Amino acid sequence: MEHRGLGWPRLPRLLEVLAALAVQAVRASAIAAASPDLSLWPMPLSVQTTPRVLHLSPDNFFFGHSSTSKAGPSCSLLQEAFRRYYDYIFGFYKWHHGSADLRVGVELQQLQVSVVLEPECDTFPKISSDESYTLLVKGPVASLTANRVWGVLRGLETFSQLIYQDFYGTFTVNESNIVDSPRFPHRGILIDTSRHFLSIKSIFKTLDAMAFNKFNVLHWHIVDDPSFPYQSITFPGLSEKGSYSSSHVYTPNDVRMVIEYARLRGIRIVPEFDSPGHTQSWGEGQKDLLTPCYNGKDPSGAFGPINPIWNTTYSFLSKFFKEISTVFPDEFIHLGGDEVDFDCWASNPEIQDFMRNKGFGRNFKKLESFYMQMVLDMISAINKSSIVWQEVFDDASKLMPGTVIQVWKVEDYTREQSKVTEAGFPVILSAPWYLDWISYGQDWKKYYAVDPLSFEGSQEQKKLVIGGEACLWGEYVDATNLTPRLWPRASAVGERLWSHKDVRGLEDAYRRLTIHRCRMLRRGIAAEPVFTGYCDHEDRM
Amino acid sequence: MAGSALWFSLLLAAAFAGRATALWPWPQYIQTSEQRYTIFPYTFQFQYHVSSAAQVGCSVLDEAFQRYRDLLFGSVSFHFPQPMGKRHMSEKNSLVILVVTPGCDQFPSLESVENYTLTVNDEQCFLLSETVWGALRGLETFSQLVWRSPEGTFYINKTEIEDFPRFPHRGLLLDTSRHYLPLASILDTLDVMAYNKFNVFHWHLVDDSSFPYESFTFPNLTKKGSYNPATHIYTAQDVKKVIEYARLRGIRVLAEFDTPGHTLSWGPGVPGLLTPCYSGSHPSGTFGPVNPALNNTYEFMSTFFLEISSVFPDFYLHLGGDEVDFTCWKSNPDIQAFMKKKGFGEDFKKLESFYIQTLLDIVSAYGKGYVVWQEVFDNKVKVQPDTVIQIWREEMPVRYTKEMELVTSAGFRALLSAPWYLNHITYGPDWKNIYMVEPLAFEGSPEQKALVIGGEACMWGEYVDSTNLVPRLWPRAGAVAERLWSNKMLTNLDFAYKRLAHFRCELLRRGVQAQPLSVGYCDVEFEQT
Repeated sequence: MEHRGLGWPRLPRLLEVLAALAVQAVRASAIAAASPDLSLWPMPLSVQTTPRVLHLSPDNFFFGHSSTSKAGPSCSLLQEAFRRYYDYIFGFYKWHHGSADLRVGVELQQLQVSVVLEPECDTFPKISSDESYTLLVKGPVASLTANRVWGVLRGLETFSQLIYQDFYGTFTVNESNIVDSPRFPHRGILIDTSRHFLSIKSIFKTLDAMAFNKFNVLHWHIVDDPSFPYQSITFPGLSEKGSYSSSHVYTPNDVRMVIEYARLRGIRIVPEFDSPGHTQSWGEGQKDLLTPCYNGKDPSGAFGPINPIWNTTYSFLSKFFKEISTVFPDEFIHLGGDEVDFDCWASNPEIQDFMRNKGFGRNFKKLESFYMQMVLDMISAINKSSIVWQEVFDDASKLMPGTVIQVWKVEDYTREQSKVTEAGFPVILSAPWYLDWISYGQDWKKYYAVDPLSFEGSQEQKKLVIGGEACLWGEYVDATNLTPRLWPRASAVGERLWSHKDVRGLEDAYRRLTIHRCRMLRRGIAAEPVFTGYCDHEDRM
Repeated sequence: MAGSALWFSLLLAAAFAGRATALWPWPQYIQTSEQRYTIFPYTFQFQYHVSSAAQVGCSVLDEAFQRYRDLLFGSVSFHFPQPMGKRHMSEKNSLVILVVTPGCDQFPSLESVENYTLTVNDEQCFLLSETVWGALRGLETFSQLVWRSPEGTFYINKTEIEDFPRFPHRGLLLDTSRHYLPLASILDTLDVMAYNKFNVFHWHLVDDSSFPYESFTFPNLTKKGSYNPATHIYTAQDVKKVIEYARLRGIRVLAEFDTPGHTLSWGPGVPGLLTPCYSGSHPSGTFGPVNPALNNTYEFMSTFFLEISSVFPDFYLHLGGDEVDFTCWKSNPDIQAFMKKKGFGEDFKKLESFYIQTLLDIVSAYGKGYVVWQEVFDNKVKVQPDTVIQIWREEMPVRYTKEMELVTSAGFRALLSAPWYLNHITYGPDWKNIYMVEPLAFEGSPEQKALVIGGEACMWGEYVDSTNLVPRLWPRAGAVAERLWSNKMLTNLDFAYKRLAHFRCELLRRGVQAQPLSVGYCDVEFEQT
């Protein structure tokens, strides 16, 4: 088999990034010395602040490009980010305060941004994108240095979090020195737009909040049993017949807008088209795709998973995924593969024959693997890499190397991580982070306490954990409750995936998270309260 | 009752007549058919019957007509199909309202009659009620009966409804101390309460965390006890607005000022009010419940509740009395001396009783009735026989059904909240458990059962503020609303699910951010701003 352009060859590069992180991590102990007023979230790798304060005036402060930067005003990604962060810093208040009176001290007039390498202004973020940055805050000109624009975006977020209003309302920042890079390269949020449709406005809001928490992957579980909102160019019947209604669809333009909105925030869009199970809604618009279930000798009228024995299935999927691979620029496509129910397959006489011919016996896992392997090959043939849910690994006798396994079953998930990494596959962890499972009280602590590497395994195995995802499945979630259910609970996962593993003190996290939540509120994210208390200005929300 | 067989057959008939399944809460008696009448938004009017006791100028109904006109036709007014051709029988131009007893400027009370009958047939489209409050309930039902075809035409089916509430006290508690709720959140909640036929807003105004109620007698309470005395407060004007907004919707405002526990936020504004806790022989610097050993305390309470009694027009005040922690009292030498003097021994329940009794006497001298949390009963405080006891503890000291039995057998009126703490959340469709609670499912005589005046859904604020209040409340609180309004035999979950899911979509259409019950969609979804 040709090892081209897929996850496997890319892996070593990924490992380099991880190794680099491990070296930097030594410096993390400086965190302890950080000022108690700092409310950075997620906590950077290394923070040094001094009591010396600088003042900022909304009328006199600006973001600029350093003369040595490889990026300039033609980099619209940065120009847009400058405008956004100016608003986050000053926007909410400037009407109340106008230009601040800078009584004493040094003024901070500029944040000068410098991109060291080819900036990647017009590319899409990737799993291997460099998000590291250094931020030196001193007057009158502070500097933010990063290898790529992605690091600049993360640094701008941190910079905006450093600024506060003093007792008199003056914008203030302490002289600081921050060196930062993420612990894991894949830090995701899963949204489910099939159980309930989410308007692109809701998705935009989610992307905004993700950027505030340094998440970098939106895992878009776009279709499932209940509805098929993705409007396919090749197979328009899928959404015509499979969506809830003609207003509950994502047009190609919607999808493009989401991808671009995410790109500008350094966020990848990983689409999931889950098969062969979870596909009831596909059947409406694509005849003869799903398996007819039998009741004895006769079709029962019900349908099961995708029919894995017909050639037409694979020619359909091949065309379909070709479209997906051009619509979604990310290197990864999520192929699902979870919770395949074998009853319907087992009831179908044609499938029984096929099983016999293939020598699968009564082992339907072999049929499932057969199907998944076909789809995985298809994806590799179009130069994309695959992510799948853990069952694909569990049920497979052999699996294409480099396939990323997402661990979601909460029972024994650390053991699953051990097994998957021992077999040499990269892992994304989600099992302890199903945020749709709600309970009374401060459950963020539970999410925060998880360490993604707390499984048994060698150093090499641990390096295979590329990150994790907080999942907000949609059975009981739609635009009415999405935001308060996600935030700030997902923030706990955000810090776990970004910050050094030793950043885990609950008291300090509570203090910072409470302030961070108020900050999100100020920026228009209806993040729910962590506990009893209040935020300034919430009375006007 | 007219016999359960008949009632069920009506229920089935209604289920058949599709459109009526949108009703929430379900009326006591309903008969409806497939025969339908067209409604033209241009010409449709709400009209007072000539012999109605309420006429134009009746604030409660005039404003209700406007609200329901907007709810029915408001957002779509520009593309109504024009009435075409000649008018005929199958068209309704007005709903005629006849109120028997005058009383447009009063406040609703526990005794208010909310009965109404609604008749839509060939001859008439008619709403009859004893009081304006009943008319409000009937208008809500009417608004839920009107539906719209895919082409945009409005219809109402031939329907006969006779309706009245099962319980007179159907409440919702909001907690504005743990988190401040902006006035708009409270007013919006009152709107949705009216959609659900709730009639009591239990306003848990203050607590340990903050004191947002701006007292004109003791302005320091808010100045020093609120989260932010400029922004996180309710001014006298705000409170008036809430009371009037509620009144116009037939909702009582039951104000709670919880003492002697849950009062930490009172302390900074009224030095000497709270008990100084001791560590050995020295004050520890922390404070406990209200100090029951000082005369000053009662003087303060007397003045404070005089204000409260005049600000809140409802006959009832909620005086709290829950979760009094005795450790601080125990530690304080002055209190110990007081206990000795009074002969209370080591029984701090007696001290609590002493405090509460004195307070109750103060409040009843102002001509008010009161509601208290169950501890007041549990701790054997001697209270007046007409005290209302609110039962909130699920398992301790006894299961709440047992507590209902005990409270009513002692002859007190009871208010049930224990199974309806909506701030407690779990994964999945928990509305079903909320819905299946039967408030009278306890051992007791018919006389005892008659003492249950209703119940309340409680949304405590530890984890709730304006960011998540609405989706956490609705449509879950709707399950409580139907249980308190509708016939007790209405326990079919499928029937409830269908209607509640539909009602939830109707709430979305009305701009309420009500969360989904399960997988699915609504024609009009909530729009993120």
